Amino acid sequence: MTAIPETRVSVLPTRKDEAWRYSDLAAAARHWPVAVEPVVVPAGETHAQIIVTDAASPAIRHLAINVGAGAACRYTIIDNGRDYGRIALDVTLHDGADFQLGCVLIGHGEQKIELVTTVRHVGPNASSRQIVRAVAGGAATTSYLGQVAVAREGQKTDASQSFKAILLNRGATANAKPELEIFADDVKCAHGAAIGELDRQALFYLVSRGIPPEQARALLTRAFLSDALGGLDEDAAAALEAGITARLEAMA
Amino acid sequence: MLIIDNLHAEVDGKPILKGLSLTVNAGEVHAIMGPNGAGKSTLSYVLAGRDGYDVTGGSVSFRGEDLLAKAPHERATAGLFLGLQYPVEIPGVSNLLFLRTALNAQRTLRGEPEASGAEFMKLAKAAAEKLGLPFDMMKRAVNQGFSGGEKKRNEMVQMHILQPWLAVLDETDSGLDIDALRVVSDGINAMRGPDHAALLITHYQRLLDYVVPDHIHVLMDGRIVHSGGPELAHKLEAEGYSAIAA
Repeated sequence: MTAIPETRVSVLPTRKDEAWRYSDLAAAARHWPVAVEPVVVPAGETHAQIIVTDAASPAIRHLAINVGAGAACRYTIIDNGRDYGRIALDVTLHDGADFQLGCVLIGHGEQKIELVTTVRHVGPNASSRQIVRAVAGGAATTSYLGQVAVAREGQKTDASQSFKAILLNRGATANAKPELEIFADDVKCAHGAAIGELDRQALFYLVSRGIPPEQARALLTRAFLSDALGGLDEDAAAALEAGITARLEAMA
Repeated sequence: MLIIDNLHAEVDGKPILKGLSLTVNAGEVHAIMGPNGAGKSTLSYVLAGRDGYDVTGGSVSFRGEDLLAKAPHERATAGLFLGLQYPVEIPGVSNLLFLRTALNAQRTLRGEPEASGAEFMKLAKAAAEKLGLPFDMMKRAVNQGFSGGEKKRNEMVQMHILQPWLAVLDETDSGLDIDALRVVSDGINAMRGPDHAALLITHYQRLLDYVVPDHIHVLMDGRIVHSGGPELAHKLEAEGYSAIAA
């Protein structure tokens, strides 16, 4: 992996920009301009990155990730850290490249947390898989805007996007906007989005065994979010889950 | 241990329990039988404190305390266990994590020290072995992919680990083949003792051949209409509920 000099996005977005439709534009303006962080994964190489935000993390990150032919890139993101948070991933996949994203968005209070992905399959035989799980409590908003763009050259593309959100109470919001733009004719693109509440029957089952309701909700929420951590090695997943649990229990 | 006095309860504004009274002493096993819609499952949910089951009159005392004043998890901690007719599947939560969390939550609320990992594993292994549940299934997500019989065995495993004073078992025998029925019955019998009690809610007399109750009650239209000894089960099977109630 090599880094190339960073560039800046200089024009302030407006509500008309699709990628900003659910955003807090006033908050975004306070953090403007945003440096685009280039990430290059050379052909045949493997790159894995874990991003966990906290209160001190930059409000907005914009990563431009270029995955070379036959290279594999995996991002795991736990985004819960600040009042306004946005992570944008702009991913370009070349011939036979693979991109995996597992992302957890946790919003509480007045937080606005958004994930915006654009995955461009510019060469043939590339695969991408995005699993995003979100939980929103209080008056928080979590948003996922995910675009998969398959160029004319992107034959045999295998792309999937799965977004599921749980709202812990009325007043919380989840937005989902999966989008496909396909110019090749031999591709497999799957996308799904679901927004719901915790399963009441499961909740009753847990409390009927003596687990206090706040703890039961945290347990069910964590189980729901853990989909996004599939495929990580056990220690890494356990460490992230411990962080998520602490976060959820603090929200309860 | 359990004193239910003139209990009235409704679901969605519809009265289901209409003055039910029942006393279960420590060491006793009671069975409640009755036709569909009599209020058997409602009774079990009211005792466990499920949302949507509203008590409109009467009282329930459990080990000297007002059961109805407690939240569901406090009732469990006080020693009440509800074995569900349809145990719930919980994806992403392993059986072991679920049980360890439950056991330690109860212990914490009672002011007792939590079970260590090793102590819990010992309890879990012993319970699974006794109830014929492969230990591998303890590592899987709660009830996910379990057969009907395995789900009921899992309820029994939970009961053995949590060691409640009173087990309310709602149609624990439904959906069981003969072998599973025997294992589950052995599980209930193994909990019998001078300090423990059970309330079996069932449609059929079959379970009562294996777990012989001290008392049998017939529940119809929200009330106990007839009570008797273990011989009542066969009489009910032969003559039907209406004949007994008349």
